[in-house]
Amino acid sequence: MNNVVFGQYYPTDSVIHRLDARIKLLAVILYIVTVFFIVDYVMYAALFLFVILVSVVAKIPLKVLLRTVRTIVFLVLITAVINLFFTKGEVLWAHWKFIKIYKEGVEHAVKLALRLILLMLFPSLLTLTTTPMELTDALESLMSPLKLIKVPVHAIALIMSIALRMIPILMEETNKIMLAQKARGADFDTGGAFKKAKAMIPVLVPLFVGAFRRADELALAMDARCYSSVANRTKYKVMKLTLKDLVASVVCLAVFSLVFLNKYLFPFDEMILSLFK
Amino acid sequence: MPIKFEKVTYEYPAEENAVVAVKDVSLEIADGSFVCICGENGSGKSTLAMLMNGLLQPTSGAVTVDGKTTSTEEEEELFAIRQKVGMVFQNPDNQMIASIIEDEIAFGPENLGVPREEIGERIDYALSAVGMTEHRRHTPYKLSGGQKQRIAIAAVLAMRPEVLVLDESTAMLDPKGRGEVLKVAEELNKQGITIVLITHFMEEATRADRVIVMSEGKVVMDGTPEQVFRDRESIERYGLELPAPDAVAAELIKEGIPLEDKIYSESELAEAICRLK
Repeated sequence: MNNVVFGQYYPTDSVIHRLDARIKLLAVILYIVTVFFIVDYVMYAALFLFVILVSVVAKIPLKVLLRTVRTIVFLVLITAVINLFFTKGEVLWAHWKFIKIYKEGVEHAVKLALRLILLMLFPSLLTLTTTPMELTDALESLMSPLKLIKVPVHAIALIMSIALRMIPILMEETNKIMLAQKARGADFDTGGAFKKAKAMIPVLVPLFVGAFRRADELALAMDARCYSSVANRTKYKVMKLTLKDLVASVVCLAVFSLVFLNKYLFPFDEMILSLFK
Repeated sequence: MPIKFEKVTYEYPAEENAVVAVKDVSLEIADGSFVCICGENGSGKSTLAMLMNGLLQPTSGAVTVDGKTTSTEEEEELFAIRQKVGMVFQNPDNQMIASIIEDEIAFGPENLGVPREEIGERIDYALSAVGMTEHRRHTPYKLSGGQKQRIAIAAVLAMRPEVLVLDESTAMLDPKGRGEVLKVAEELNKQGITIVLITHFMEEATRADRVIVMSEGKVVMDGTPEQVFRDRESIERYGLELPAPDAVAAELIKEGIPLEDKIYSESELAEAICRLK
């Protein structure tokens, strides 16, 4: 339960960490769109290279980054296998009567796996280099135009940051409750899925009761510190775009536009491939 | 700027059998004093604390801070009172909003609309006052209980309060953490901040210059620690327990042994007994 890296900050003193979180967030959104436009292996390689370069600059060990992929291994395998068997085309390998593997199937499976892994890696870099607090601030800032149509942007951002803060606390509490139940003979590890789910009920009930009690106390503590979502609050951390943010934006846009150039205007990947032939 | 209770009664609203938590209490808390409010669970001491900054408003009677009543619906007036009377609660995990310590401390001043530059100065001051400067950019999750409570105190200090109410803030801590928090409280008291310490540990009362004992919603004892500690029988009747050396001293005095009537630590008592002729 404690080895889920996604959403966990990895502090180093790199430039990437100090970039404006809004820029990083926008870059990730653009990146996700871009990944869906990749058509061939050269561009996949290019993006992998890009992600690895960013993680080197961010001083994030490759091991830590790759750990994030572990959580989606099953998803990758299942989608790859499904694509392998259900894409029809040129027969590559046939066995028995009904299992046939087609050339297109292999290609689809590999590309989908690559795409999923790419989709996991870069957003993970965002959460590894940006504190949840910065992220919510960035979201608040990016959503601020919605204030015009009376969306309570600040309250939403605060709710998100409190939720993020409570995750490790509630996880710890879940472990504690489970241990307490185990000490009294509860069994969480045997039986089918239904039985296991049912065994969780005595864990969830006290967890929820505890969460409500916490929420109550937190509200009191916020009241005691004069919180009001409507009053004119000041903000200690002001986000300012600096030169490094501009440079990072230009680099990202350049890399991402390569993919689009490649797809729509100028298929230079074929040229690169032909160099090796 | 004294906090003044005039014939204050507080009833928790309930459909039937309304619970009267505070009954007809009149008292005044002087500027710059260190007041300890003791009592067993359910004696009404925490309710008394929450009446001090308008988190609860008296059912009858009046609570005034600096001559201004807490029984107001105006948010601005309530906030002015809560800024003056800061409050730290029992569970440090349930009163923190942010995932980074400096953001946590900035929360109060932000709510008050303090200008950005000044918030920075206040964070510096608050963290150095509780001796946690080096943790400024850390997350509170990994700190010890005593350290978390010191951060909670710093978060209130950043609002520049005149009174600091510690509502059982030591109850969940180990002896080391309790010592840390009490030391900070004493230090702040020397700097002129009024301290109201609410606890059920009588040994904490030895540091105060006034001890108030509550039982069943009423103030039953009120005086210097020496005066209150002398009456061991009453203290035990109200569900409290004298610290061991003081209990021994009280018994010896009752038996006619000429010990000086004061608060003893273990070593002081041993020495005093050795000196007896």
